[in-house]
Amino acid sequence: MTALKGLVLPIGLLIVWQIAAMATGMQSDTLAAPDGILVALVNGLTSAPFWVDTGDTLAAGGMGLALGFSVGAGAGILFALVPPVSRILRVTVELLRPLPSIAIVPIALLIFGFGYQLEVAIVAFATCFPVLVLTESAVRQVEPRLSEVARALGLTAWARITKIVLPAVLPRLFVALRLAAGIALIVAITVEIAANPIGLGSRLLRAASSLRPEDMFATLFWIAFLGWALNWGMLRLQSWLFPAMSRSER
Amino acid sequence: MSLSEHATSAMDAPRDTVLTVQEASVRYGATTVLKDLSLSLNRGEFVCVIGPSGSGKTTLLRLLAGLLTPVSGSVDFRGQPHRAPSRDIAIVFQDYTNALLPWRDAEGNVSLALEAAGVPRAERRDQIHALLRTVGLVGSEGKFPAEMSGGMQQRLQIARCLAQKPDVLLMDEPFGALDAMTRQKLQDELLGIVAESQVTAFFVTHDLEEAIYLGDRIIALEPNPGRVSQIFDVPLPKPRNQLTTREMPEFLRLRRQLFDFIERYEQ
Repeated sequence: MTALKGLVLPIGLLIVWQIAAMATGMQSDTLAAPDGILVALVNGLTSAPFWVDTGDTLAAGGMGLALGFSVGAGAGILFALVPPVSRILRVTVELLRPLPSIAIVPIALLIFGFGYQLEVAIVAFATCFPVLVLTESAVRQVEPRLSEVARALGLTAWARITKIVLPAVLPRLFVALRLAAGIALIVAITVEIAANPIGLGSRLLRAASSLRPEDMFATLFWIAFLGWALNWGMLRLQSWLFPAMSRSER
Repeated sequence: MSLSEHATSAMDAPRDTVLTVQEASVRYGATTVLKDLSLSLNRGEFVCVIGPSGSGKTTLLRLLAGLLTPVSGSVDFRGQPHRAPSRDIAIVFQDYTNALLPWRDAEGNVSLALEAAGVPRAERRDQIHALLRTVGLVGSEGKFPAEMSGGMQQRLQIARCLAQKPDVLLMDEPFGALDAMTRQKLQDELLGIVAESQVTAFFVTHDLEEAIYLGDRIIALEPNPGRVSQIFDVPLPKPRNQLTTREMPEFLRLRRQLFDFIERYEQ
């Protein structure tokens, strides 16, 4: 019931918007009435190019996320467990980390040209640092007693990572993945709007510049829905995999 | 040969030392925690360590475990310099909750020690069940630590330590957090396990009566810096009994001595 209460405001706003559009007989190149947007959305959802664009965004974002998460998690574990590595690379990481991911688009464009590679590289760049930071702090916070247990039992370095460190940080690693997934979608769309002529971001830009506000808003709502669905799915997965943690987080 | 003579001759029989500490000092930063401390553990004996807080009881245990190295002096294990933890020395930590893997059930936690020792998968199951039987955890094989009482968790940690088939069992106030009844029960079970496996036991405690009840020998440490102050032999017969042993004149005499010893530092 409480979830439904939350829907009152957005639905109310849509109704007010619709009434205002009908009352003023709105003719606009930048705004569209909700009924027009709905028609555009249904048209989109039943057309192949719309799904190609959706697929492009999700594929590029997903591959970038997979790459960025692997690199970030791996480096995070390495940094936390091998202090010399951390000392050598710390400054480099701290210099690269605050760089806005969109600022490397021009360079990446020179290297990769338009297409998947460009987008995958930038999404990977954007997601890898937050994952690194979260993983490193998670590994550092593994119960120190357990590492003494590992030493007393004579576990090899590899067994320590796979049998103690990874299971211990798994719940927090998943939180890192969830946050990185959100970042991946944002960055993928941004890259498509800024440079890459594929995906939903590019579709949004084309609709806006060819003065089709219905299509533009339909794409915008669709992107919002994807972001929401992604987060919802990850949360459900989290509460299924790690019931204890989700209880404390909510 | 009379009974008492037999007991003495068994005690005087030559016994080899397992762990030897010679003139070892340990420092944390500027603080000297242990200074020129020497002691040796004989094979199969049960040594208890007492002392006021700050006398370095836990530090001594960590030194014997190979978890830290002395700044001067040496630690020898079976005649070899001892610089890193060995699989033949098991440690029972006081904080059993932190020392167990919360994502593994009882079987899985014991299995960790067998996996570390490279025991083939096929042989692990039988060994795990035998060990859980030894510590009285039959029926709890599939339980996770969070589903167990403190006493059960400590039993599980002991089972994991026994899975290492250790020569030496180091215990850091293992029963300190347990209620009195559970503690007495575990004391008796521990004595049985140690007697049967002939492991050398090193037991840190702040409970003076526990030290007398369990030990063959009691090492009393004094603080600032930590060093051996006195060594008490415990000539109480075995097996020990929670009622009769604790009523023996010798038990009461030792109890008085130890309390007098501790009293000096508790002002």
